[in-house]
Formats: sequence, C-alpha cells, structure tokens
Amino acid sequence: MSEKFPVKMPESAFKGKATWKELPIGAVIPEPTSIRYKTGNWRALKPILDKSKCIRCLLCWVYCPEPAINRLEDDHVEINYDFCKGCGICANVCPVKAIKMVREE
Amino acid sequence: MSETVALKGKIVGMNGDEAVAFAVKQANVDVIAAYPITPQTIIVERISEYVNNGELDSAFIPVESEHSALSTVLGAALTGARVFTATASQGLALMHEILHIASSMRTPIVMAVVNRALSAPINIHCDHSDVMNARDTGWIQYFAENVQDAYDLTLQAFKVAEDLDVLLPVEVNLDGFILSHSVERLEILDDETVAKFIPPRKAVYTLDFNNPVAHGPLALTDYYMEFKRQQEEAMEAAKGKVDEVAREYEKISGRLFTKLNTFGLEDAEVAVVVMGSTTGTMRYIARKLRKEGKKVGVIGVRLFRPFPDKEILKAVENVKVLIVMDRAVSFGAVGGPLFMETAATLYGTDVTPLMMNVIYGLGGRDLTPRDAEMIFRRGLKILETGRVEEKKIWVGVRE
Repeated sequence: MSEKFPVKMPESAFKGKATWKELPIGAVIPEPTSIRYKTGNWRALKPILDKSKCIRCLLCWVYCPEPAINRLEDDHVEINYDFCKGCGICANVCPVKAIKMVREE
Repeated sequence: MSETVALKGKIVGMNGDEAVAFAVKQANVDVIAAYPITPQTIIVERISEYVNNGELDSAFIPVESEHSALSTVLGAALTGARVFTATASQGLALMHEILHIASSMRTPIVMAVVNRALSAPINIHCDHSDVMNARDTGWIQYFAENVQDAYDLTLQAFKVAEDLDVLLPVEVNLDGFILSHSVERLEILDDETVAKFIPPRKAVYTLDFNNPVAHGPLALTDYYMEFKRQQEEAMEAAKGKVDEVAREYEKISGRLFTKLNTFGLEDAEVAVVVMGSTTGTMRYIARKLRKEGKKVGVIGVRLFRPFPDKEILKAVENVKVLIVMDRAVSFGAVGGPLFMETAATLYGTDVTPLMMNVIYGLGGRDLTPRDAEMIFRRGLKILETGRVEEKKIWVGVRE
C-alpha cells in the first residue's frame, strides 16, 4: 500500500524515467515539486539584461508572470533561466530598454 | 412451505430506488449531490427526506445539472469523504467527461444508474444504452437483477470503491421502472451490522493543510500513459476485491454475490448470456423448457466492468450454442456490447460454441415470455442444424 501512496515523489520522476508502479496513484503530487521541474528549456527567445542601463524601477520583477526575475538586496534584478520561458514581457515593460530579447542558441 | 430459511435481516417491501436510498442511508454517506431525473428521482427524494428528518447526517447538495452533481461529489471524494450520486440516461450522458475524470483521479464515488434509453426519440423507459455509452470510462459496473441486488450491491459498492488497492468509482445499474419502481420483497440488514461492514472511509491523500498535495496536474507524453496503466491495474485488482467483499457480505447477509448468476449450466447445450432484470425472465422460461427435457441454461452477468472473462469461459465450457442478449445497440458494430465482449473472451480458446446475438428491449419494449421462449427455440434449432442463419437478430421489433 505505502508504495502506491508515497509522501515524496520518486527521484526517477524528475528524470522522466518513473514507471507506473513508482508513481503515486491518480497523478497525485504529494510534495511541492515545481522548483525541481525545470521549464526554461521551452524558451525560443532569451532576455539579456544590461545592468549598466537598469534604473532599478523593478517593473520587470512585478510583471514577470513566472516569476523568473529575482530581486536582489540592492534592488537590482537577475534572470532565472531555469524557469524563464522567454515571453518578453520584461523587455516590453522596461522603460529604459535595458532588456533585449535574443534568439536562443 | 415446510422449508425454513434462517433470516439474517428484516423483511420489508421496497422498490429498487427506495432500496438504493436505504442502503445509502445505512452506509453513512458524507456528501450527496444529485439532480433529479426519471426513473432515478425517487432515490434522491428519499435521501433528501432522510437528511431532512435527521436520519442521515450528511451534506445534501442540490445542484443545477448532472455535470455539476458528479463534479461536486468528485471534489468531496478528494477530501476523503464517502460520497454518492445517482442518475439515468441523459443525465449520465451529461456527466460523460467527468466520468473519465472521476476514474482517472481515482475517486471512490458510488453512483446508482437507473438504466433508461437515450434520446432521440425521447423515452423514459429501460434499456442499457445509457450505461453502454459509459462503458469505457473506467468505472466498475454492477448490474442488479432484482431489488435485493440493488440493495446488496449498493452496500458492497462502497467497500469495493474505497479499497486502497482499487480506488475506482462504482456504478450500480438497475433497470429503469422494472426494478426502480416495482415493489419487491427485500431483506434489509440492521444499521449496526452495516456500520461494521462499511466502517468510515480511510483515505490517504486528503484535504490536509499540514500535508498539502496537488490533484489533477498535467501529464503529457512523458507520464500520461503510466497513469492509464495504473487504472488498468486497479481494474484487475477489482476482480479479486469484488469476490472478497462478496464473501464478507455473505457472512452478514447469507447472500453470496457471484459475478455470474448461472442456471442449468451443469448440462446446458444452449445457453443465453443476459444482464439485468431480464435474467429472471430467461430463467423462468429455461426452467419450463428443462421440464420438457431441453438442455438450456442462463448466464446472468452481474458485473460488466471489470468483465468476468475467466468465469464466462468456465461457465460455457460445455455449451454448444451461446446466445448473447443485448439491451443496447452498438451501431455499425458486429454485435451489441455484451456480444462483442463475450465473443472476444472465447476467441482463441478451445471453447467455441456457435454464437448468435439478440438485440431486445430498447426503450422499454417488453421481452415477453413468448419472446424468451422463441429465443431458446432459435438456439435449439441452431443446435440441431449446426448452422447460425442470422448472427444478429432483433426481437420484439415490428418487421
């Protein structure tokens, strides 16, 4: 019984290798797992921040839907590419054009 | 009558719908959501009376449609509650997308389906087209032959559904009007006995703020197939669990549920496979024909999903002509759903009776004793000639 109702996701699940016997039944996810499920590889365009132009208004931090923009101690920001999907909202809202979208290699 | 039978319960007169409602009351269901539809309405009416009178302590949620009824009990089941709903015909059709979600999310919902024809033309009477439309939705499907079955199976359904090796929703099918509205002799158990048989549900992943879980996530090409494989396994587990629960129920009731209710199979050369209340009609005629020395038999199928393939194979081992009776049509198919399932069960084995399919009783059309006898006589003719002239016949239709 217990293996059908685990309190943790099996490690193999994060590598896309879990078998039907290992997965919790009914597709229940028994613990927070989003942080380990990297989604940044969906991206076609990548935001590049020019820190010298940034005025620390934090609009990109507010508008990022993911959120994949981290606010630092000094109100500068950094982009978390593990989860950024390249939607371009940050580049669009930036009042000083400090973020540029470039094609993902 | 000189024979005495040891009774384990009390005898009352109830119709099929009332019997189901009474079983639900005894099962101490936590949440009920339902939308009235003929011929199921009496079930939810009785339950609402039980709740209103304080006889049943449960949340009774009147909803605006069957789609909402099933969605509501699905959500409640995920919190760990014991739940029930009931429907028929168009109501079951409206529930269709949630039927799949209920079984995939492994919610142990118990639902009475009071079998009624699907529109159009609009019709309120019995056939099995509503439930056959829901055949592949991943639910366990019981079929009651009489009111006693409707009561017994509703109680057993909770125990099977909530079992942690199964965790699947269960439908208890009963023939509209023929069973739902006919008062029959019913033996009921006392509340304490039922309470011991179905103690409160023990759920694992529940609504617990200290241990939150996510239900209903996305699973694409990477994991969808694994979850379908789990469902198949649960159905396989249900085959054994149904029997185990039946044996346990026998101890408290004196009645043993078997997946097949067979008659005359010890020497039958011609047998019919049938579901629901018609089983009794066929048995009545078979008994008469056996007095004339005709070796005929009846196989009443009381569990359609998971399909009792091994039991069927064993039951028809020595049968030479097998007639499968469907109270639903699969348009454009080689036969009705029960026929196709039975034929597929036998294919590739060394059990090879000559087979014929009978389509009957659509929209509540009566299957008269004369029709029933004609069906057996067709079988006896096939036995004599060794030839099946027509693989599929419609009985009771004006040609």
